[in-house]
Amino acid sequence: MASRLASKSPAATLVKDSAAAALVAALLALPLLGFRMTDTARGLVLDYRFPLVLWSAGVVFAGRLLFTLAGAAIGRRLAARPPRAAARRWPLSGGRGRALAGWAMVGFALVLPLTPFGDRNLVDKATLLLIYIMLGWGLNIVVGLAGLLDLGYVAFYAVGAYSYALLSQAFGLSFWLCLPIAGLMAATFGMVLGFPVLRLRGDYLAIVTLGFGEIIRVVLLNWQSLTGGPDGVYDIKRPSFFGLPFSAFAPEGHQTFAQFFGLAYSPNQRIYFLYYLILILALATNLFTLRIRRLPIGRAWEALREDEIACRSLGINPTKTKLSAFAIGAMFAGFAGSFFATRQGFISPESFTFIESAIILSIVVLGGMGSQVGIVLAAVLLVGLPEWFRDLQLYRMLAFGGAMVLIMLWRPRGLLAHRDPTILLADHPAPSPADPTAPSEVSP
Amino acid sequence: MSRAPLLAVEHLSMRFGGLLAVNDLSFTAHQREITAIIGPNGAGKTTLFNCLTGFYKPSVGRLTLTPPDGGRFLLERMEGFRITKDAKVARTFQNIRLFSGMSVLENLIVAQHNGLMRASTYSLAGLFGLPRYRQAERRAVEKARYWLDKVGLTDLADGLAGNLPYGSQRRLEIARAMCTDPALLCLDEPAAGLNPRESLELNTLLMDIRRDQGIGILLIEHDMSVVMQISDHVVVLDHGAPLSQGTPEAVRNDPAVIRAYLGAADDEALPPDIAADLAAEGKAAPC
Repeated sequence: MASRLASKSPAATLVKDSAAAALVAALLALPLLGFRMTDTARGLVLDYRFPLVLWSAGVVFAGRLLFTLAGAAIGRRLAARPPRAAARRWPLSGGRGRALAGWAMVGFALVLPLTPFGDRNLVDKATLLLIYIMLGWGLNIVVGLAGLLDLGYVAFYAVGAYSYALLSQAFGLSFWLCLPIAGLMAATFGMVLGFPVLRLRGDYLAIVTLGFGEIIRVVLLNWQSLTGGPDGVYDIKRPSFFGLPFSAFAPEGHQTFAQFFGLAYSPNQRIYFLYYLILILALATNLFTLRIRRLPIGRAWEALREDEIACRSLGINPTKTKLSAFAIGAMFAGFAGSFFATRQGFISPESFTFIESAIILSIVVLGGMGSQVGIVLAAVLLVGLPEWFRDLQLYRMLAFGGAMVLIMLWRPRGLLAHRDPTILLADHPAPSPADPTAPSEVSP
Repeated sequence: MSRAPLLAVEHLSMRFGGLLAVNDLSFTAHQREITAIIGPNGAGKTTLFNCLTGFYKPSVGRLTLTPPDGGRFLLERMEGFRITKDAKVARTFQNIRLFSGMSVLENLIVAQHNGLMRASTYSLAGLFGLPRYRQAERRAVEKARYWLDKVGLTDLADGLAGNLPYGSQRRLEIARAMCTDPALLCLDEPAAGLNPRESLELNTLLMDIRRDQGIGILLIEHDMSVVMQISDHVVVLDHGAPLSQGTPEAVRNDPAVIRAYLGAADDEALPPDIAADLAAEGKAAPC
């Protein structure tokens, strides 16, 4: 930009550039701001607010002008600086920096409910955020590691939620018993989805998984006798602390959580319990992913993402590798789903629409494919911020879209796109020649 | 030779619709030998490799692999990945297929997937970090280090495979194939795009592999300096059909080969009587 301004008549280019921006703004503002329906005594009336359109165009013109001038000034100052200072890296960009940031986040999450601002409202929102982080981490196995673009991930979330809801209602099973069952159910569905899509990649895979997600939702919506259809499942058993319910009064012969520990009853106790529950589930997901990345199966997933043909030529079974990625990714969605069901106490197909899949996928892509810390940042950005800024009402989605565009411009490969190798030769010093594990070499 | 050859290709034909890419090809390849497959572009060399490694199912023919440590595999009946896993045939690709987003070392560890999978009891022992798996991983790293030393990439082991220069990527691909412990190594134009010094290093590497590992090597190559120096046996293909085979010297002096492949001037390759006829015709033709 700076060079172009310098080459031609700078002022004219600058004005032309800003005028173009103002024109775009005016065109956008015309339908958005230019007309307004007002409900008056005479019925609906169309108001014309053209001055507003002009104002917005003017603001954009001035803004663009200032922005470009400031950018050029900053560019000149950066160029004047010695190059070494410019090349210095952001302190968190190294592998150790990210690990440190990760631990700091875990520490913060652990003490959040104890902090003065950790009130009921915030902890509840953080619980929701953690569900999305867990879903992001789960989907990351499928999309980030194995490179299988899955647009129907929410289907497994739904399978997990309905598994718990229906099992607990029909057989009175507890949450802790249902959790592995829900995970297994979701993993089975992951395999079911995996089989038909084994030969597909990229766009085609995305379309089929998208269809799969919709099939699950439509089945839930229409299988009235089992799922309750659009009415959903309600009165789902709330979680208990090893059999101690979080309620004000216990049934005859039982104790509540508060009574057992001699505390005063507070509705916050359940909120805090749910928060720590999802925190543990999410951290387990993270730990699992971090570990499995360093195992042969995790490396095979990444190799599959890089080049499937090369994988085959190395004797890796692509079918098993893909199915295991689908199944394990789906399993974590199943866990998150049954948590969701117990937290809400009510589920319906409404909660498992395509937009949920899209948000989870955005979290993974925006976080930087495969980056665990990046997913947390992206989830905070995509789920946390819209929750906290509910006051902005309709403009919330505008801000959401704007933020996404900005991030993709600023970091096209995601917030934290760096990938650390899963094994380093530097960590394995060469053994002494006497070491029997060294491969024997015929001397030349 | 009394023992069964390492690889016996018998009456192999591969048809794509109307195109007969390989036509009734038979040859054998032996342990501790480098067998070169040469022929002009489109002669069916890579098709042969794709049949051998399970990417294509041959239309006709039998491919028998008899590894020295026992067993007998009919490659044309096996699923692609099993050919490497069980029959121990490894290959490289004409257009390099490394895992370019992963590190050099990771490429070599992924190649040892099946052994490590068993050692990690399909991830269970690995997830809990049992010593059995950690030992297996250490052995895998040592094997990788051996091959890194062989191809001279030890110092770059922790860098991205995609960032290596072209010649190093070719050598890494060979090292990766060797990490699968093959009985037969199929190399598809390993010297393509190498400079003379690199191609000399490649010769040394292949001869070392032949001597130290005792495996058979199948080599597709256009670079005659490589083929003639290191091969024990040469198979010449032309339009899918076998044209000639034998030792490098025999093939080099085969008139059919000279005519079809090595690109000698037409009149030199032609028998003298026909050449004389042609010359007479040329003179007689009206201007």
